[in-house]
Amino acid sequence: MSNDNDILIKIESIEGTGCVVRGDDIDTDRIIPARFMKVVTFDDMGRHAFEDARKADKGKHPLDDERFSGASILVCGQNFGCGSSREHAPQALMRFGFNAFIGGSFAEIFAGNCTSLGLPCATLGEDDLAQLMSSIDLDPTQSVSLDIISRKITSRAGEMEAIIPDGVRQQFLEGSWDATRVLLDAGDAIEKTAASLPYVELPA
Amino acid sequence: MTDQPKSLFQKVWDAHRVRELPTGQTQLLIGTHLIHEVTSPQAFAMIRELDLPVRFPNRTFATVDHIIPTDDQSRPLKDELAEAMMSELEQNCREYGIQFFGPETGAQGIVHVIGPELGLTQPGMTIACGDSHTSTHGAFGAIAFGIGTSQVRDLLASQSMAIAPLKVRRIEVTGELQPGVFAKDVILAIIRKLGVNGGVGYAYEYAGPVVDAMSIEERMTVCNMSIEGGARCGYVNPDEKTVEYLRGRRYTPDDETFAGKAEGWLAMASDAGCHYDDIITIDGTKVEPSVTWGIHPGHNLGVSESIPTPNAVPDDERAGVEEALEYMDFVAGASIAETPIDVAFIGSCTNGRISDLREAAKIAQTGHVKEGVRALVVPGSMAVQQEAEAEGLHEIFRAAGFQWREPGCSMCLAMNPDKLKGREVCASSSNRNFKGRQGSPSGRTLLMSPAMVAAAAIAGKVVDVRLVSE
Repeated sequence: MSNDNDILIKIESIEGTGCVVRGDDIDTDRIIPARFMKVVTFDDMGRHAFEDARKADKGKHPLDDERFSGASILVCGQNFGCGSSREHAPQALMRFGFNAFIGGSFAEIFAGNCTSLGLPCATLGEDDLAQLMSSIDLDPTQSVSLDIISRKITSRAGEMEAIIPDGVRQQFLEGSWDATRVLLDAGDAIEKTAASLPYVELPA
Repeated sequence: MTDQPKSLFQKVWDAHRVRELPTGQTQLLIGTHLIHEVTSPQAFAMIRELDLPVRFPNRTFATVDHIIPTDDQSRPLKDELAEAMMSELEQNCREYGIQFFGPETGAQGIVHVIGPELGLTQPGMTIACGDSHTSTHGAFGAIAFGIGTSQVRDLLASQSMAIAPLKVRRIEVTGELQPGVFAKDVILAIIRKLGVNGGVGYAYEYAGPVVDAMSIEERMTVCNMSIEGGARCGYVNPDEKTVEYLRGRRYTPDDETFAGKAEGWLAMASDAGCHYDDIITIDGTKVEPSVTWGIHPGHNLGVSESIPTPNAVPDDERAGVEEALEYMDFVAGASIAETPIDVAFIGSCTNGRISDLREAAKIAQTGHVKEGVRALVVPGSMAVQQEAEAEGLHEIFRAAGFQWREPGCSMCLAMNPDKLKGREVCASSSNRNFKGRQGSPSGRTLLMSPAMVAAAAIAGKVVDVRLVSE
């Protein structure tokens, strides 16, 4: 077992153009319909992102909107990513080209999956979010930046205070968002905890 | 120093804490890791790439449920993609020495159905699975998390995960349920009251006379849908019913050690006077048979109520209600009862257990599936299937015009051939009514209890099951 080649990738800020996906409670079935998960890799997820919603919108879905083409920050409403725990959802959006999410709120498992992939989810208050969405709608070419250190979002709509939970923020800043190595650093404390439990026997 | 009274959540958390991480999160040991074919293959690929072993293969258990067909399960599976996924899981289990409950073992089924029935799920455990309905296992007083594939990788490698502590909300359901009202109706009522994201940041502790009176299977239905209310997990404190359910199961044999185990389980229950971050009360007496009308589980109504009008809902819900009405093609203000259905689905990790099939069979006995309605009964596991067949339930269903299928997740998420077609409306005992959830991008789902689904199948439309049983 060797992790010597691992490089800690610190994420301090994300900058790019935004894509506004309006609506609350957008679930992970909508982000990636279940039938596209019948594969053993994530390789193909990007091209199926929001596939049914895009077909239903006949080219008018934000992901097909020319003005948002090349966007790296997805701006969304409340409870984005609710439903299934499928990591296929953030994988699809990441492979489509998004590096960060700014929204009203995020479902917890979705946000946790995003953290594992190095994709920050930042939350804005309702008024700020509405302003940011309108501003990007008016000028989709503008640069939007998410600063993890100061927790500030800067755009033509001004500077806004975002919420990124402390622990998650630190995971990005110290590069421990890819948790495997951090967890393995606990060493035999894992076996000690396991052995203290009435129902766990250590592996032979 | 005297011990502070603690909630079950706190006790389980403390017992499984490996260490505090610099981020303020806890590295939490997960005692039981359940895996299935959809969310694990990439995780195995990742540990292979990192050259890491599976740390606790003896605490990792696998089954196949999402993609398995419910008509013909003979190998190779007809669907090549499904066969590839199943073979990959079998290969991974062989390679890493993980117990695989495939069809040949007689113990295959939906992961959240077989865990409890094998006695793998026990009070005081931490459990995780790459599936959001892992919260089901909370019915036993376990703390059970749904996770993504990167966390499956972390669990395979370290049997632990990094997680920030949750707050605990106690939800007391008072009074008693009316006849014809089931656990499914209770959890739908809770989600309706607290919202689909009301539980973010919380573990839900379900309690009160209605929950105390529930069977373990009914408690599983309630805990199962915790995630639909946004809660990361949900649980019920263990009691004598929990102990009796577990007695004599494969992983909880009724031997000389059982009494000691049971004592330990009961001691995990929340202490009187422990701290809760929030307490809310629901009057169980007022819960009606519930039906969803929209595109998330919070869009639900008592069967006697009318579909909401956008003008009559709070501002922040209006756009969602309009979107749901448009997708469902329902009329605001109309009654949800009498809504015609095309398909009826009884099954899933929410309502695919033996008690669910018994309730549905009671209704099935009262008539025959309406002409033009396709009705499926899919047992949650091979054990449920065998028990149902021993009781003759399959004959009751068949005689009433229902198809009796092999176990799996089936039409809950339609990763196998069981799918809606076009704009079909499905009365479903599953857990999600999201757009396109049941396999047709424009298909429509009405969630309800298994008894309500059976009643709808016979009437060809949504009806109040209380009127059928009378």
